[in-house]
Amino acid sequence: MTIEEKLAQDAFKNDEASHITLDQSVCKDCRERFCIYSCPAHLYSLNEETDQMQVEFAGCLECGTCMIACIYGSITWNYPRGGFGVQYRYG
Amino acid sequence: MEKIDVVIVGGGLAGLSCAYALAGEDLTVLVLERGDFSGSKNVTGGRIYLGPIRNLMPDLWEEVPFERHVAKEALTLMAEGSSTTFQLSSQKMNQRPYPSYTILRSRFDRWFADKVMGKGVYIVPEKRADDLMLEDGKVVGVKTGEEEIGAEVVVAADGVLSFLAEKAGLRKPFEPQHLAVGFKEVIQLPREKIEDRFGLMGEEGMAHLFVGSLTKGMMGGGFLYTNLESISLGMVIGIDAINAINKREPREEVYRLLDEFKESPEVKKLIQGGTLVEYSAHVIPEGGIGVIPKLYSDGILLVGDAAGFGLNMLITVRGMEYAIASGVMAAEAIKEAKQKGDFSARGLAHYEDLLRNSFVLKELETYRHALSILKNPKWFNYYPQAVCELYEKLMWIDEKPKVKLSSTAYGELRKNLLTLQGMKDILSLRRI
Repeated sequence: MTIEEKLAQDAFKNDEASHITLDQSVCKDCRERFCIYSCPAHLYSLNEETDQMQVEFAGCLECGTCMIACIYGSITWNYPRGGFGVQYRYG
Repeated sequence: MEKIDVVIVGGGLAGLSCAYALAGEDLTVLVLERGDFSGSKNVTGGRIYLGPIRNLMPDLWEEVPFERHVAKEALTLMAEGSSTTFQLSSQKMNQRPYPSYTILRSRFDRWFADKVMGKGVYIVPEKRADDLMLEDGKVVGVKTGEEEIGAEVVVAADGVLSFLAEKAGLRKPFEPQHLAVGFKEVIQLPREKIEDRFGLMGEEGMAHLFVGSLTKGMMGGGFLYTNLESISLGMVIGIDAINAINKREPREEVYRLLDEFKESPEVKKLIQGGTLVEYSAHVIPEGGIGVIPKLYSDGILLVGDAAGFGLNMLITVRGMEYAIASGVMAAEAIKEAKQKGDFSARGLAHYEDLLRNSFVLKELETYRHALSILKNPKWFNYYPQAVCELYEKLMWIDEKPKVKLSSTAYGELRKNLLTLQGMKDILSLRRI
C-alpha cells in the first residue's frame, strides 16, 4: 500500500491556503533535507523543474515533525484554520 | 473589556479535564476546539493507565468508551533474522478495577466532551486560537480570527506544539532531541479474529512493544495495541535520531519503516486480512523535566502536552494521565485564584505546588535521566541482536556434538556484555 493510498483513508477538509510555508532562500542551501525524511506523510519533495522544495499541505497529519526536524528554520507552520485539516475518526 | 473567567484553548484530554473539574463552580468557562469536534485532532498509541487518575474524577470512569483492558503485555526484541519475545499474562491486571485500557482518542475525547457539555460548559468547535491578548505583559484573553475573547485566565491546552506557550514566552524553541514522532495505522479486524490471534477472552486486550532492528538503530520502537475491533500498529522515533541517520547515505524515509515493520514475520501474521481505516501521526514531548516550560504566568497556565508533560519510560510512553491530572490541578488552582481574586502568576502559583506533590512531576523527576540513557543507539541495534543470537545458539542443534550450554552462554556474554562498554551500558540503567 502506498503512502498516498494510506492518506486516502483519512478524512480531510482542506483549506485553500497552505498552513505551511517554506523559505526557499533557506532551502536552497540545505543539503540534508530533513523534512523529506522525517515527514510521516511523505509530503515534502524537490521539484526537479524549479529546483525548489515543495510541500503538499493537503495531506498533512498536523504532527509538526517537519518544523522541528528543520533545524535551519525554513518552515513556518501553523495549525490549519478552525474546522480545516485532518479530522481523525479513530485517533 | 468584558471578560469571562476562564478560556481553555484545546478540547483534548487536558483541556476537557480542566473544564470538567471547573464545571458547577461559580465560574464562566469556555473551551475552544480547533477541530470539528473534540478528538478530531488527537492521536495516541495508545493505552491509558487509570491507576494514577481514577480518584481525580471518580464519577467519570463508569461506562467509559475504552477499547480493551490490558491483560497481556509483550515485548519483542527484533534482530536481523530472528526475534525474542517476553510475554506477561497477568491475573492481577485482569481484575477490576482494571489498571489500563487501550484507547482510541477520537472516540474517547468526543465522549468526554459530551460529558463536559452535559455539566454545562460550552465547547466551541472549529475555533482556532490565533494569538494571546496581552496587557502590560499580562495575558488577558485570546484572539480567534477577528474575535477577541477576554478572560481572567487562559488555559493553554493546545498540545505539544503549543503556540500559545511560545507566544506567552513560557517555552523555548523546539529542539529535535526533546521530541519524538509517533505514526500509526488503525487496522480493522473482526473481534473474533483479534481474540483468537492474540489469545484474548471477551474484552481482554494486549499491549505489545517492539524494539530493535525495526528502527535501524534510531531511538524508538514499535507498538501494537488491540482495540475492540481494530489493531493500532505504529512506531515512535526520536526526531533527532531521524535527523542523525539522514545526514549521510543511505537515507531513511521514516514512513517506510512502518511498511517494513508490517512486512516483518513478527507482525505480518497478526494483521493479516485486516483493513487499514486510518493513518495518523503526532509529536510526543520526551524531553522530560529538564526542558519543561515555565508552567504559568500572569493570566495563563499550561497543561498536558503543552506543558511538556510526556515521558518515555523505556517500557512505555506516558502522557495522557499527565494531561488529565494537570487539567484537574489547573482547575484547582483557578478556583483558588478566583476566591482570592488574584489571577496573577502569584495567584496561580498553587498549580505548580499541586503538580510537584503529585505523580506528574514526581515521575518526571524520577525519570530525569531516561532520555539520556535512551540516546545510546546500542539499545536499539546491538543488544536486541545479541539477545536473539544467544537464544538462537542455545536452541540450535545440528550434526556437530552440542557443546555445554554454559560455554555457549558464557562465550556470547563475554563477547557482548562482559566488556567494559557492556558494563557501562548496564550500569547506566541504574539511573532509571
